[in-house]
Amino acid sequence: MSRATEIRLSGSGGQGLILAGIILANAAVHEKRRVTQTQSYGPESRGGYSRADVLISDREIFFPEATQFDILLALTQEACDKYIFDLREKGTLIVDTTSVKNISVMSEHVFEVPFTEIVSEKLGSPITTNICSLAFLVKCTGIVKEESLAQAIRESVKPAFVDLNLKAMQLGFELAENYRK
Amino acid sequence: MASKTTKKAKPVETIKEEPIEIRRQMRLMQGNEAVAIGALDAGVNFFAGYPITPSTEIAEILAYELPKRGGVFIQMEDEIASISAITGASLAGAKSLTATSGPGFSLMQEGIGYAKITETPCVVVNVQRVGPSTGMPTSPAQGDIMQSKWGSHGDSPAIVLYPDSVKESYELTIRAVNLAEKYRTCVILLMDEVIGHMREAVALPDVANIRIISRIKPTIPPNWYKHYDENQKYLSPLASFGDGYRFNVTGLTHDQLGFPTNKKVEAHDMMERLRKKISYNIRDLVQIESRDMEDAKIAIFAAGITARSAKSAVAAARAEGIPVGLLRPLTIWPFPDDAVRKMLRNVDIVIVPELNQGQLIQELKRLTKDKADGDLIPIQRADGALITPLDILRVIREVH
Repeated sequence: MSRATEIRLSGSGGQGLILAGIILANAAVHEKRRVTQTQSYGPESRGGYSRADVLISDREIFFPEATQFDILLALTQEACDKYIFDLREKGTLIVDTTSVKNISVMSEHVFEVPFTEIVSEKLGSPITTNICSLAFLVKCTGIVKEESLAQAIRESVKPAFVDLNLKAMQLGFELAENYRK
Repeated sequence: MASKTTKKAKPVETIKEEPIEIRRQMRLMQGNEAVAIGALDAGVNFFAGYPITPSTEIAEILAYELPKRGGVFIQMEDEIASISAITGASLAGAKSLTATSGPGFSLMQEGIGYAKITETPCVVVNVQRVGPSTGMPTSPAQGDIMQSKWGSHGDSPAIVLYPDSVKESYELTIRAVNLAEKYRTCVILLMDEVIGHMREAVALPDVANIRIISRIKPTIPPNWYKHYDENQKYLSPLASFGDGYRFNVTGLTHDQLGFPTNKKVEAHDMMERLRKKISYNIRDLVQIESRDMEDAKIAIFAAGITARSAKSAVAAARAEGIPVGLLRPLTIWPFPDDAVRKMLRNVDIVIVPELNQGQLIQELKRLTKDKADGDLIPIQRADGALITPLDILRVIREVH
């Protein structure tokens, strides 16, 4: 019985993780897969914790939240500390080393990239760190096709920001390609 | 008199926007969005509300869409005004709806009672969050199960629907509007925070294929009209203000014309009418989902998001060879007594997971006559977290 692939995108409020979750879920819908996207966040619009869960499957998904992650993206130290113990043994961990300095559980599939730093430097502002790290995740794991992600970005962000976000996506793909080369 | 130059008011710029065409093919949709679209598809043309997390998206979408379709959206000063406005709009002929969460739902209770005693169709969507009071605005709880029936004072038979998916949120919103129109009462759609905010892939049916029920209008001469006609099988035609029919509307106990009364016989008739229009139509009102129950020795009884956890647990337990099934009410009020009695007869143990300190389980206890208390096993939490499939699976393994 094939189970759903469980993905958690985590960090702090204002980093755009829920939007990233919606985009990933949209990309999966374009590939005609079953999907649920849920989120949890504090009452504040910036700061505090924030996470988005995406479950992707070819069968009906019952429980919609991620409990044991196949893929965990952590953009803050706090999120990494909080969720790392629920990463599956062979799961993939992706962290933003701009904030994450300590990883308490090491496994073979760990990707450490200073996303916020790189995005700020190359695109002038850290605002698209969510899309860059999501694209990195997609390229490393192959969870959805790159074209599906691009299509989902075009549909999910405001027209004025499509180009910027596609650039961030491209940057994420390149970072993944060149990782550990 | 010296002529004063009156400042001409600037003409208000009217923005004529076309309604957004709702994409009906498979796409990602949020639970609250499904409710808003369901309301539009059901013909709702009046919304008055006070935005509150986690229901805000319903108001947000209808604020955009209703005016473009000739409908009315009003943001009220509070929830008491909101329920009053939708009741008034309905009396004037509109199909009306409001959306709120715990704190607002508490404020609306008096108005809900008023809509029920005046037999005015309207729908209240309550996307539940953790309570009491303002509680935890962004966290799920199922603490309003009893309030949705008993929140308003006096005996007030209730119709309360409870979806467990985004698709079903759409379907049950339409059903809630239909039942409100048919039974002339305030119908409540109870939602979970997780379902309101969750996104799932949904394909909507063609509007032409949706069954829409609208109130029956009187055809008799105006002077024969009784707003609360006893002779109409409890579902009497309903005139709107402005139709030319005279009727009085009051929250006081009233006679068939709507005028206050203290006569015991008339009070009795009114109360019986309110009760019977629900209790004589249980078959039309009650919907349940039964899953893997044929050979089940253990049953789970759960509603809303908790039933999603239960479905996962049932699938996992079945894979381990444990005969377990799920009974899920889509209508929680009136309570599905017959289906629950049948379940209690056929299984040895019933597990009742719920996100509160014990509400649904009280109804099962009411229906449990020949079973020991130990046969009903509660799983309860009210701290803003969900009961996971593993939480339920552990209990299933324990009792098996």
